[in-house]
Formats: sequence, structure tokens, C-alpha cells
Amino acid sequence: MNFEEHAGKTVLARAGIPIPRGRLCLTPAEAGDAAREIGAVVVKAQVPTGKRGKAGGVKLAATPEEATAAAEAIIGMEIGGHPVRHVLVEERADIAREFYAAVLNDPTSRSPLVLFSTEGGMDIEEVAAERPDALRRMAVDIRVGFQAADARRLLLGLDLGDASGAVADFLAELYRVYRTHDAELVEVNPLALLGDGRVVPVDCKLTLDDSALYRQAEIAPLGSPETLTDLEERGRDLHLKYIQLEGNVGVLANGAGLTMTTMDVISHFGGRPANFLEIGGEAYTKGTEALDLVLSNPGVRSLVINFCGAFARTDVMADGVVKAWKELKPTLPVFFSIHGTGEDEAVRLVRAELGVEPYDLMEDAVKAAVEAAQ
Amino acid sequence: MIIRKTDRVLVQGITGRQGTFWTEQMQAYGTTVVGGVNPKKAGTTHCNVPIFATAADAMQGAPFDVAVMFIPPSAALAAALDAIEAGVKTLVVLTEHIPSQDIMHMHAAAEDRGTRIVGPNTAGLVTPGECFVGIMPAFNPRVFQPGRIGVVSRSGSLGTLVCLNLVRDGLGQSAFIGIGGDPMIGTTTRDAVTALVADERTEAIVLVGEIGGTMEEEAAEVVAQTTKPVVSFIAGAASPPGKKMGHAGAIVSGNRGSYASKREALEQAGAIVVDVPGEVPGALRRLAGTSGPSTELGKVDHTVTAGQDRI
Repeated sequence: MNFEEHAGKTVLARAGIPIPRGRLCLTPAEAGDAAREIGAVVVKAQVPTGKRGKAGGVKLAATPEEATAAAEAIIGMEIGGHPVRHVLVEERADIAREFYAAVLNDPTSRSPLVLFSTEGGMDIEEVAAERPDALRRMAVDIRVGFQAADARRLLLGLDLGDASGAVADFLAELYRVYRTHDAELVEVNPLALLGDGRVVPVDCKLTLDDSALYRQAEIAPLGSPETLTDLEERGRDLHLKYIQLEGNVGVLANGAGLTMTTMDVISHFGGRPANFLEIGGEAYTKGTEALDLVLSNPGVRSLVINFCGAFARTDVMADGVVKAWKELKPTLPVFFSIHGTGEDEAVRLVRAELGVEPYDLMEDAVKAAVEAAQ
Repeated sequence: MIIRKTDRVLVQGITGRQGTFWTEQMQAYGTTVVGGVNPKKAGTTHCNVPIFATAADAMQGAPFDVAVMFIPPSAALAAALDAIEAGVKTLVVLTEHIPSQDIMHMHAAAEDRGTRIVGPNTAGLVTPGECFVGIMPAFNPRVFQPGRIGVVSRSGSLGTLVCLNLVRDGLGQSAFIGIGGDPMIGTTTRDAVTALVADERTEAIVLVGEIGGTMEEEAAEVVAQTTKPVVSFIAGAASPPGKKMGHAGAIVSGNRGSYASKREALEQAGAIVVDVPGEVPGALRRLAGTSGPSTELGKVDHTVTAGQDRI
């Protein structure tokens, strides 16, 4: 789950990290009021994605009038597919230097990774590619943790002047936030060194691990739920992984790998998948709800049902589909491929109840569905 | 990580519905299950094996080489640490949706103790005609037959489909290694390919990959060094970037982990990468015909038979 900048900073503040003074504003008038109170400000679009500056979503304002105008221009924009509904109006810091700091999950070392660079404010992928030495990294033993002393080792040899103590403390605190809140990523770019020697997060990107939200009940409400279509929302409520796509061939399969593959094969034969929907794992009993969901997408012209059961029993999935089919009485053509656990019973059901003969090769079922959709 | 009948298996969470069902299937197929774990039922018997309070107790009462977990995500770390501290050599973690920080903790402990973790979010390991550990339909003779093709897959469902395609074409498998769909799995594609390269029974390798991460690119280094034919299918070519397609690991950001970079790495290493799974057997025969020692590539080996009752 992604957190917008203001929400990420709230999490940092709750952990005891000082953040710039600012206010979340829903209207241009509110932005003006905030600037009247704060002084010179930055008005920043709040969306759960990066690259806001490049998209024109960050503006400086010296007066309340300028802040009002900036908010007027920004609210209602669309950045990275997200509509801007509110802005953060924040004091303009007296920045002496900008750094980069992050803690994230590293799949290669299978451990937390602390990153720091004196090249703050820039795209960190570019820094890593062009000046690898400028990016310091330290893999952490999650059982031991990461203290200020570890941070000082990480910073050794960097030209930080008097700031190295404050930066080391900040990194240790950032790690604590990462660890306490089951973050996948907490990134501060830039981390500002102020004229008075304090280090302050000017931006914050926080992503929590979806699998750990159950134990982050206190801060989870601050996060931005994914932007879902109505059907995706229905899928979520049914605990089904459903992603709506632009095409016209409906997909119902079990297991993430097989469902992705079914989409690939549709594309390979010149078709366009209408959705990703998988009912593997414990969801295999939800054939009825799943079929209903696929058929509710008005773009669907034909349907591929591809079951390859291991843990998920194909007879149970087929039974659910057959029940839904009889109830909903759809008129579009459907093409099955069924193999694996419970296969004989599943094939018998589909044949007897729907009068449809499953294909032996899933490629053939897909090809037929692609042709039927045209 | 190729499972053998001589491997002694402990089942954590054996008394639950899934634990019971799959333990019975494993036993019927020939897997040597020596015990189970359930703290509340220690001292009793379930599926004809003794139940222990902890894996450490089980190691005393019924020594084991492999532990397999039928444990929900919130209890997975504790169960894994129990097995690792007991000294298990291989830990098969089937559980999906374990919090990432718990997974990292698990891996750190495993590294210290020299434990190999398979998974999380794996469907398990199968050696057709011999035994299996996990939730794969090993007992379905249309999917698994003893043979000479080693299969590695991140996905259970797609791995099942590929194995089915092999058997339909008269080819059997020497081993199926399910490594799991999570971003931080213990046994990687590279590890699994390395094991199959070293395995005497394996003549050719099928590498079933997926978008996201860089495991296929890393495995390509091993592919380049073996004379065994390697055929690959990579899932996710049609997946929109930035979306998690069910598997947490299957997400493309920028150019990293893209379909194109995986395909290119494997092709440069000498593998054939096919467009659809149905092309796997044909590609295997093509490669074997040109570079392999045998044109009788991996045909079904009827000398090995085991309980193949279907459910």
C-alpha cells in the first residue's frame, strides 16, 4: 500500500522525526489560508506516485495569492493516472544541501537495504547508473537491526561536514520506521540539511507490505488504497484477484502463473485479454462469483476458461462455473481447457451441463476464443 | 533440492484440513513422512505418524531431512524458525502472503544454520514415480511420469501445465522443482537449474520463468555453461507494467525484470525460448536432436512405477 507524501510524513512524525510545518488542503482557498499562516511555501500535489515535479505538480509560492493560484492549477490535474484531489502546503526550508536516504526490501540479499547518497533531489536510478560510488548501500541482518553506529560506518569517507551525526541518527530512525511498520520502502528524497544544521525530510515515499497490513492497523488507514474500477472493487470484496484490462477476450484461470500465461497466449494469437482473474489457492471454490465478475465486464466478447488444477480442484471450479452459467444464461461463446486434479469429473460436468467440449490444448481453446471475439 | 524417497519428511501443521489431505496424498505416492507437528496434539498419532509439540522434539523422536509447512502466514515465521533451529536441511514453505520482513528473518536464520529454504509460496517438489512434497498433483499420471526432463517453475499452476504438455508428448520428468512466486524466495531459478545440471537422471531442462526480478537472467549464466538442452517459457509478456499479477514477484518496473531482458539473456545463453507453453516439447526435441547426447530424449520411463491413483 502506497502512502502519499503527507501521510508518509505523518508516519515519520509519529515516530518522533521532525518534519516541515505544513497543511493538507482540499481547496485553493485553504491553500491560501495555510500560506497566510506559514509564510513562503511549496504547494505539492498529493498522489501515491513519484515524478510530481516533472508533471508540474510542485509550485513555489511567496504569497497567499500565489499559493491559492498554485493550488488552483494543481488540484484536478492527473499525475501518473492519479487525479490530484488535494495539495500539501508546506514551509519552504532554508536548504543548504540535499541528500538521498532510503530503506527497502532487497530481493537479491533477501534483507533490508539502507541507501544513502549525497546526490539528493535527483532520480536515484540515474545516480546509481552514472555515479555508482555516490550511492552507499548496506544490507542489514534483520534480526540485529541498524543503529546509528552502523549508519556512521555507512557514511564513512563521505564529505558531510558537521552533519554526519545528524544524518546517522536520521538513518537509524528511518530504519526503525521501516521495521516498525512493515514497510517495503521508505524513501526520503531530498533529505535536506538546513542552514541551522538540522536534517529534515522534504519529501517522503512510503510503501507498506500488503501482506502485513493486518498488523499495521494503526497507520494503514493513512495509506492510499489502489485506484480500482468498480469491478476490481467487487473482486477485492470477494477476495478474488481481478484486474480489468482493455481487451475483449475474458479470462478465468487458476493460479497467477497460468492466468498470466493465458493472457500471453491470447496476445500471441492476436487477441486482447479483457481481464486478469485467477481463482487459485483457497479461492478455487468461488467459480460462481468469478464467472459473474468476468461477464459483468461489458467489453467481453468471448471467454477462455483455463484450469490446470493442483491444489485447486478443477471439478469444484467447474461446478461453480456451471452453476453461474445456468443462472446468468450468457450468450457469448466459451472455450474450456481443463486438466489436473479432478479433471475427469470437471470435463464430464462441462460436457453434460453446458454441452461444451473442452479442448485438450489450451492454445487451441485460446485460438478459438480469439477468433470468436473478432 | 531434488526430493528423494529416502528423504525423511516432517509435516508442520499436519492435523489441519490441508495438512491432512496432502499428507495422505504424499504417503500414498511414496513419500517417507516420519512425523508431524502440532503443539496441542503432541503425543498422539495422525496419518499414522507421531505428532510432536515442536520440530526440535520431532528431530529427537523421528529424525527428518525435510520439513514442509501447512501453516497460515501469521504463524509461518515461528514455524520456520522452529524447523530451522531443529536443524532441518530443507524447509519447504508453501504459505503465500507471509509478511516480507518475516521472510527476511526466516532467510537470515536459515543462512546461519545452513538450511535450504524452498519458497515461500511454492507448490513443492516432485520426483515422478518416487515421491513428492507439497501441493502438486504428482499422482496424476497425465501430468507427471518418470522420465528425463527436469522442470523448474515459479508457478504451480503453470508448472502443472508444462508438465502436462511434456507427458502428452511422451516425455516424462526427472524432477519438478517449484521455487515459488514471491520476490524473496530461498531457492532461486539459478539454484534449481544448477541442481538439474548436476542431476544424472536429468537430460534436458525446462525453465518456466516469469516477469519480475532478475532470477532468469542470473540462471542464464548457468545455462550458458551446460551442454544439457534448455527450453524456456516466460510468463507475463502481455501483463501491463506496474501491476502485480497475482504473484507479488511478478511486477515490472522500468526495464528491470522485463520479458524482453529475460528472453534475451536466456537466448544468448543458448536456450530456446518458446512463445506458448504448447511449444515446449517440440523445442526440446529440436535442441536434443542437434546438441544432446541422445535423441531418445527423456521419454517416459516405465521402469519406475508408484501409486498413481487419481483423486
